[in-house]
Amino acid sequence: MSREVTNLLYLITIVTFILALRFLSSPATARRGNQIGAVGMVVAIVVTFLQKGVNSYWEIIVGMIVGGAFGAIAARKVRMTAMPQMVALFNGVGGGAAALISLAEFHLHAPDPGTLQADISSSIMLSAIIGSISFSGSMIAFAKLQELIRGRPITYPLQQLVNGVLFAAVLAAGIAIAAGAEQQWLIWALLAGASLFGVLFVLPIGGADMPVVISLLNAFTGLAAAATGFELENNVLIVSGMLVGASGTFLTIMMGRAMNRSVANVLFGAFGQLAPSAAGAAAGGDADGQVRSATVDDVAVMLAYAHKVVVVPGYGMAVAQAQHDVRALADLLESRGVDVSYAIHPVAGRMPGHMNVLLAEANVPYPQLKEMEEANAEFPRTDVALVIGANDVVNPDARNNAGSPIYGMPILNVDSAQQVVVLKRSMNPGFAGIENPLFVNPKTVMLFGDAKESIEKLAAAVKQL
Amino acid sequence: MSHGLLLTFEVTILVLAIFLGFEVISKVPTLLHTPLMSGTNAIHGIVIVGAMLVAGLDHKDTLTSVVGLIAVVLASANVVGGFVVTDRMLEMFKKREKKPEP
Repeated sequence: MSREVTNLLYLITIVTFILALRFLSSPATARRGNQIGAVGMVVAIVVTFLQKGVNSYWEIIVGMIVGGAFGAIAARKVRMTAMPQMVALFNGVGGGAAALISLAEFHLHAPDPGTLQADISSSIMLSAIIGSISFSGSMIAFAKLQELIRGRPITYPLQQLVNGVLFAAVLAAGIAIAAGAEQQWLIWALLAGASLFGVLFVLPIGGADMPVVISLLNAFTGLAAAATGFELENNVLIVSGMLVGASGTFLTIMMGRAMNRSVANVLFGAFGQLAPSAAGAAAGGDADGQVRSATVDDVAVMLAYAHKVVVVPGYGMAVAQAQHDVRALADLLESRGVDVSYAIHPVAGRMPGHMNVLLAEANVPYPQLKEMEEANAEFPRTDVALVIGANDVVNPDARNNAGSPIYGMPILNVDSAQQVVVLKRSMNPGFAGIENPLFVNPKTVMLFGDAKESIEKLAAAVKQL
Repeated sequence: MSHGLLLTFEVTILVLAIFLGFEVISKVPTLLHTPLMSGTNAIHGIVIVGAMLVAGLDHKDTLTSVVGLIAVVLASANVVGGFVVTDRMLEMFKKREKKPEP
């Protein structure tokens, strides 16, 4: 098929992708949207197979089998809690593919001086830089979320200066390529420099901010894909890449807004750095505060004789896979006449919507899930707020302590409930590394241990009553 | 069509795609942020088209062959993994919607 015909057929894919994005924006149609997108992708692949100039099939077929099998197995095997890092991983490999395409294009055209026109060489530079940053940055995000490297911000002296100089050097190599320099080493230097920059760029960002970073890198990969579209004069790459670039940017801004922080603050704020001073201030304010730990039986009695219990799930519930046990406990309490609901903070867990997914998996009835505003209105009438492995989203410092790095973030006001029970593994500060004065609040009791075990024990104790 | 003219059309659709991208997801609830991110992640797997165009070339040297092959591997992982992960996330929402009905 000639390129004219294939570019026309690619329109089918473009339309399916637009519909996919539209359907993905509404809960009722989201799954169908994803399926429509997948169909569009298959169309694009088939059309590309038939395109004139695609004559050598074995690399494509072998590559698809290897990559597809890896993708399918990784995506099927992964536990729901590890979804965020999977998104990071698949985003990174996409960025890597875009960078490699620009490497191949430069390598193919550079030996004949003058064949690279300025727009093509500029696109090569853009997709090489953006794709490489997306690749290495996503791998660091993956490693942080998988806890292969520590999630806390990693900082060192002169960090901003080093990053700035490195980025300037990458940009200089890029401009040289765009301006028509055709030395092979330039593209290699560009790829290596941009990859290193991606690593250094994500290292100082705290693990709690990774969703925003992954969303941004997702938009980057879209841009890199659009740039490869200019290199290859291919409409489906330009449109689909830019759709993802634009919607990904929008999504990143919305995620930042849900945490009440600007994207710039996430990227350059080195979040955790502020924590020691803020923690000091908080500790000073609550110097007389004592952490009270309770036994399983105490908590079981509190829950069983309450009128209204609000469960506040967080990452600790996700990591312990305790959602089914939480529901079993809630059922038990309800059979005793306790009114149980769940307060869902928009950024609880490691991804927005993380808690909704997990509770839906445990078949928690939808009407019991309360969004933040609704839940906050109910806390003053709540007897017991049961906080399961949530930390930063219930930290009163966000409301009260202007020195706290999370000051201004909307939180669940669990401290307005009559009593607060916090299930936690230990007194270690949360993912963001910030102290939480809730734990020393006189209304609060702590129940230390793995969330799943604690919930199981609580259910057993409630049955005994 | 001259190269310059083609470029103007390419830039035109690029700019239109920017506006469309913003517009099409402007009213998404927080609940769907993660699945939507994952879904767009799958869609940029479209780089597989670019990877196929490189890997499918005739008479290419070793470097291009190797780079093309790796690009196809990476892009395929992006496509398959992206769509499957998104589907797994959304599968759970569906279960929940059934629940309130008797």
